[in-house]
Amino acid sequence: MTWEVVLRVGLVAVAFLTLPLIVGQTEHKVMAHMQARLGPMYAGAFHGWAQLIADGVKFAQKEDVTPRAADGPVFRLAPAVALLPYLLVLLVIPLGPGDLVGQQLDVGLFFVLAVVGVGVVAVLMAAWASANKYSLLGGLRAAAQLLGYELPFVLSAASVAMAAGTLSLPGIVAAWQPWWLLWQLPATIVFFVSGLAEIRRPPFDMPIADSELVFGYMTEYTGLRFAFFLLAEYVGIVVISSLTAALFLGGWHGPWAESVGWLWMLLKTGAVAFVVIWLRVAWPRLREDQLQRLCWLVLVPLALAQLVLTAGVRVALS
Amino acid sequence: MTLQDVLLAVVGLVAVAGGVAVVSTRQLVRAGLWLVVALGAVAVEFLLLGAEFAAWVQVLIYVGAVVVLLLFAVMLTRAPIGPSTDLDRPALPAVLVGAAAGLGLAALFVGVFGQFQVPSPAVGTAERIGDAVFGDWVLPFEVLSILLLAALVGAIVLSRPSAPQETPVAQGSSR
Repeated sequence: MTWEVVLRVGLVAVAFLTLPLIVGQTEHKVMAHMQARLGPMYAGAFHGWAQLIADGVKFAQKEDVTPRAADGPVFRLAPAVALLPYLLVLLVIPLGPGDLVGQQLDVGLFFVLAVVGVGVVAVLMAAWASANKYSLLGGLRAAAQLLGYELPFVLSAASVAMAAGTLSLPGIVAAWQPWWLLWQLPATIVFFVSGLAEIRRPPFDMPIADSELVFGYMTEYTGLRFAFFLLAEYVGIVVISSLTAALFLGGWHGPWAESVGWLWMLLKTGAVAFVVIWLRVAWPRLREDQLQRLCWLVLVPLALAQLVLTAGVRVALS
Repeated sequence: MTLQDVLLAVVGLVAVAGGVAVVSTRQLVRAGLWLVVALGAVAVEFLLLGAEFAAWVQVLIYVGAVVVLLLFAVMLTRAPIGPSTDLDRPALPAVLVGAAAGLGLAALFVGVFGQFQVPSPAVGTAERIGDAVFGDWVLPFEVLSILLLAALVGAIVLSRPSAPQETPVAQGSSR
């Protein structure tokens, strides 16, 4: 029993350490090829597969600078606070049928939504403690963005929970049927877009807009602490992609799901992550007012309409 | 004393220490961050007592929204790094009032509930809370919803700029 828990936590930790690196390397290569470049080619000899490992070594060697005017303890704590929520979320995402999941949780979906929301605190900590106006502006933009997009994020997730009649993530995946792709299509779009905004990926990267805010709330960070923020971003991609796959794309459902269900889940997650990377290359950054407008005037009404639709179909079916 | 009791006591101490730090720190933003510690520890207490759903609601609403709004507002207005000496209030009366209120409440609770043996309820799952809210408590729940809705509408009315006085924007202005 105890060994099983240790094994599960260990496997989740391995996924936590490898999947973001794979996503990061894919981003290097996919972006490069979309822009008619080659991307990293030398590190590790074969198509630069070891580039991110080299990057990691570089980050570890860099000096860890805390600005003199900064609030030291808060400044140093912020990267860890940014990373921890995503690590916890990975624990409850179902990989395959049965109990192929880090930890069965009765209210898994609710846990995910609650814990992802804690990430804002880390952004505000980093922004304020840096004692830098660019950082603070970036942090305030991030907080406004995260507070706004939390609403469509939660509402669209609530729709699928209502459709499945459970808050447990493995339960939702088990209840999923192919025609939900159509039924829950608006919620899928709302969830994916607001998830993208939650992890502040382009086109929602106004908080770290490098052409105007240097690097937003991460401006003052160097070395390993900066690497932690970067890692949090890539774990964020893994979390949002796997959540989209599990909630809306059927997770492990597919041919021969009993034996290779985990492969379907990984494939779907990878496909969504590819779209996340693709959007970064294809879309210009949204301006702050456009960003809020999209959230409040498009996504929230769409999510509410989806909730009504979900409730209607549920009542009609029962 | 089971392990759960010990954990409950330890986490309770963390919550109290966080709460004391909130009111005793001289740094404005750090007070808000200590609030995260205090409220997070309360969430862990809920978890230890088996009220899983209430614990995550606590995290989602208090840590994820209330404290964030608080920090956001403080940072938008004035958030110096380092102590703000002008925020100091006389400490002794505050300690007296706080201690008296805390001890009084504690004595009251021990006096009223101390001799009861409450059968430990089943785990506070989302299902049970849903049944309770939409079963026995549906009327208070709906009344509260109307109250919240009214407050929401009121907030929007208050925050809107007063009725436009100036003439509408000239037509054809490029945007």
